[in-house]
Amino acid sequence: MRKEDKMNKLNIISSGILKNNPTFVLVLGMCPTLGTTTSAANGMGMGLATMAVLIMSNIVISLVKNIIPDKVRIPAFIVIIASFVTIIEMLMKAYVPALYASLGVFIPLIVVNCIILGRAEAFASKNSALDSMLDGVGIGLGFTLSLTVIGAVRELLGSGAIFGHALGLDYVSEAGDKLSYMPLTFVLAPGAFLVLGFLMVLFNKLAKK
Amino acid sequence: MVAVLLGITLVASAGVGAVYMITKEPIAQADAQAKVEALTKVLPSFETTTSDVLTIDDMPITVYTATNAGAVAGYAVETMSKNGFGGAISLMVGFTPEGEVVNVSVLKQAETPGLGTKMADEDNVLLASIQGQRLEEKKLVDGRLAVKKDGGDVDALTAATISSRAYVDAINRAWMAYRSAATGVAATDTASGATQQNLNEEGGQNE
Repeated sequence: MRKEDKMNKLNIISSGILKNNPTFVLVLGMCPTLGTTTSAANGMGMGLATMAVLIMSNIVISLVKNIIPDKVRIPAFIVIIASFVTIIEMLMKAYVPALYASLGVFIPLIVVNCIILGRAEAFASKNSALDSMLDGVGIGLGFTLSLTVIGAVRELLGSGAIFGHALGLDYVSEAGDKLSYMPLTFVLAPGAFLVLGFLMVLFNKLAKK
Repeated sequence: MVAVLLGITLVASAGVGAVYMITKEPIAQADAQAKVEALTKVLPSFETTTSDVLTIDDMPITVYTATNAGAVAGYAVETMSKNGFGGAISLMVGFTPEGEVVNVSVLKQAETPGLGTKMADEDNVLLASIQGQRLEEKKLVDGRLAVKKDGGDVDALTAATISSRAYVDAINRAWMAYRSAATGVAATDTASGATQQNLNEEGGQNE
């Protein structure tokens, strides 16, 4: 592989994380972003499952792009994506039941994640299989990192823990209840919007420099 | 165009079908394994179990009678409640032959993460309120266990009252099933009235 080619391949991956970050720049896939980032571990699990589907669907769609007529490309892409999601769901159920139990409802949701259809349409249907795979890796990493960061911030602010390890920010009230000093709002839906908004500003501010 | 779409769906369904065939056996094994693990977690040591399905409030409740060298070692009840904040929850509750709660394992729940999901944590307040105790000796409301807000003495999870009520509701059903298994009395005596009351109270409450 020539040197320029190598640079180019690396660029595809890094652009998925920075320039085309699906969460903070493209603002795609907001439903799983807001819904699953109640903790860092949940966000990371969702990101990794999405990345697995994205890489596989990107490769396959890139391979079959020339035989699919333009008019039916969206239904064809959706069938391919849905099949991969179903396969991953069954494999997780069979071989990692504990992870499946904690992510359960989020997995089927990957089908309707617009990042995957978006990358199929914008990248995989125009580029080679290798480049599409790298794009899947880059965008997948970008999504995973964003979700993990949002999850970590929400978990820290909302429940006073990092990756499930409580920091002991609790006190016992006069009634004898164990309460947390941290505002619970951040674990709930409004906190998702607040954290996402502030992180998006921060990310774009830093990325511009 | 139609041929291509047909071809793609054919290949896709064949692929999904093939993976289904491959994973069918491991999935069944993983489910069985999870059940065995839940049983070992909530029961004192045992050799064999026999199961029996009861219907309480139109819900299937499974009672596992564990025996050790011919003597009853304990009862595990797979119970459920439809009143969870995120739909039905399902628990495995273990009783000693004398009726003490050994342990509770949450099999299925879809509660709000960070709030209701705490019911599945080790040493949560709900479990701490009943573990190692006979439920007859708790403060009962109409013969049923209840959270403090409803006049009972079970500590509820902070900011998750509905989840806590569902948990207690499922425990009540397990207790009924345990009594019917241990004493042979029919299992539907205290059921309907109190359940109705729970449903009426639901509106306007925090979780």
